[in-house]
Amino acid sequence: MAKLLEVDNLTTHFETQDGVVKAVDGISYSLEEGEIVGIVGESGCGKSVHALSIMRLVASPPGKIVAGKVLFEGEDLLGISMARMRSVRGNRIGMIFQEPMTSLNPVLSIGRQLTETLELHMSMTRQQALTRAAELLAMVGIPDPERRLKDYPHQLSGGMRQRVMIAMAISCSPRLMIADEPTTALDVTIQAQVLELMRSLALELGMSLIVITHNLGVVARYANRVIVMYAGNIVETSTAEEIYHNPRHPYTLGLLKSVPRLDEPTGEKLDPIEGLPPDLIDLPEACAFAPRCRFAIDRCLKESPTLMDVGEEAAHQSACFRAAELNEVASETTA
Amino acid sequence: MAQPQTQEQQGQNGHSAQGEVLIDVKDLRMYFPVTSGVVFQRKIADIKAVDNVNFFIRSGETLGLVGESGSGKTTVGRCILQLYKPTSGEVIFEGKDLVKMSSKNLRPVRRNMQVIFQDPYGSLNPRLTCGDIIGEPLVVHKLTGNKKEYRDRIAELLTLVGLNPYMADRYPHEFSGGQRQRIGIARALAVNPSFIVCDEPVSALDVSIQAQVINLLEELQERLNLTYLFIAHDLSVVRHISDRVAVMYLGHIVEIADRNELYENPLHPYTKALLSAVPIPDPVVESQREHMIIPGEVPSPMNPPKGCVFNTRCPIAIDDCHVEMPDLREVSPDHWVACLRADGYGPWNPAGLPE
Repeated sequence: MAKLLEVDNLTTHFETQDGVVKAVDGISYSLEEGEIVGIVGESGCGKSVHALSIMRLVASPPGKIVAGKVLFEGEDLLGISMARMRSVRGNRIGMIFQEPMTSLNPVLSIGRQLTETLELHMSMTRQQALTRAAELLAMVGIPDPERRLKDYPHQLSGGMRQRVMIAMAISCSPRLMIADEPTTALDVTIQAQVLELMRSLALELGMSLIVITHNLGVVARYANRVIVMYAGNIVETSTAEEIYHNPRHPYTLGLLKSVPRLDEPTGEKLDPIEGLPPDLIDLPEACAFAPRCRFAIDRCLKESPTLMDVGEEAAHQSACFRAAELNEVASETTA
Repeated sequence: MAQPQTQEQQGQNGHSAQGEVLIDVKDLRMYFPVTSGVVFQRKIADIKAVDNVNFFIRSGETLGLVGESGSGKTTVGRCILQLYKPTSGEVIFEGKDLVKMSSKNLRPVRRNMQVIFQDPYGSLNPRLTCGDIIGEPLVVHKLTGNKKEYRDRIAELLTLVGLNPYMADRYPHEFSGGQRQRIGIARALAVNPSFIVCDEPVSALDVSIQAQVINLLEELQERLNLTYLFIAHDLSVVRHISDRVAVMYLGHIVEIADRNELYENPLHPYTKALLSAVPIPDPVVESQREHMIIPGEVPSPMNPPKGCVFNTRCPIAIDDCHVEMPDLREVSPDHWVACLRADGYGPWNPAGLPE
């Protein structure tokens, strides 16, 4: 399969009074056509900033993309003009945000917000756009779409709003959709509906999907490949199955152990990751996870590891000096 | 009520053995009036946030209360604490009905019941130091004699929740979300309560921090023999921490049972749908699981459906379900469910897990 997106050494910094925050610190990965990739990490790990950087939506100042390339269908998005970028955003790359209430304009009707994109990117007339907008609402499972076009965001529930966001994101048949915590604000049963909708639309339209989330379960259900981020860096990436069954970074291991699972025996203590994520200002030249890592050795405090292939699995990479021996070390400490 | 099964199961979990009933909630109703007009406000409708809710909590146990937003779970917690005056019903705590008590008489009772809130940012006064936040209940209830006693007690509480005593002079903004939640817990513990309402205490926290706070709550329960009402929407977390679990939907408890019983043998179609909707962090398990996705959304509590509140989304509703909201009935010992079709629904693989 062809590469749809190639992110190369993407680096985004924020200038603050206290110093430079290295929110995204040189990440590289690629995405194939039709692939669903999950990006997992906790607050402040840079997963959202990385998405905004791809879309060139980082507020500047204080933010700045200081290095890197984002090749989308062979074109470097970081090198093109803002006018050209506008023809990519919403047209060839769609984006969905976490909070459906704040990402919709409260004073415009749903219909107006949907037709705006269509008129702009697809050069449709008002009437054509309205017809298409109703079709889109029907596609995302909103009942009585013609009438809903006249509604304002506050008249819709959270799940419905997120469906409208999805309709907007797919309105120009983008090649790629980036969903930033698309279901975090939704209830469990609605979350299941929305995720299922996104997956079936991706299959139907042949879109690639980047799902950014902190929920390991969501990723397990929907992603082909998983990228784990910590403190602005990718610490591990592999197929979903490998990540969950054969994690090779202590942070991934810790994340998996700290969530209770529905299919596990009850009555066992959770095994949390001790400590707190580091301050992203003045990160020392060392593994950012080392202070919280129970497997850290001297080397981890002196050098910062880069992403390296793990064993024979070519698609499995981990940024840990002890990746190869992690399984043995982990079983020793728990035993 | 006879509870033969729960006794041994609770023993296994390492939580306290079967205790006496600490809190008994009977026919609890909380209606919020909807008014219209600016000067002369007329009541035009009621929002039935909590309608005819019955349950009890034994001393030393954790009752998990799950439901989606708008199900009334937070309102139940606040009604128990008398932060809302219920429309009708009884809340019997340590043998006394709190609903009938005056606010003056309630004050000493409030020492025994405390609350931990969801939002670790909004629930701490930004202008008070961490020490004064924790110390405020001590002052209100006049629990410490002099300055030294006061400071010692704060230091003790901070240590108890895993913070350093020297942090007492810092302000909330200097703490992370997880640390703030620890301050909230320390404040709740300051007056030595026997009962704590935990209202979504870990929902706002990151996964790795969530586990730290859950472990802390469990340790404290063991050490101080606390009773929890644990309100949450995350079913995996509730399963982990609770002894018994109640499921709420649109103001009603639709199912209540021992934790293992509820998760292994759910009888209400809503409980089944909820369990099936929770993704499990394992792609192999997920690909083999059967997913039951229920259509539609929670109806407005201002205009609930006639009959069973779940009938608009229920895959197995029959005509009788549109007549009356079914009462909770005991289908097996200690397993209560409000569904007409509960027993006829047959065995079902609750979370859709492969056998």
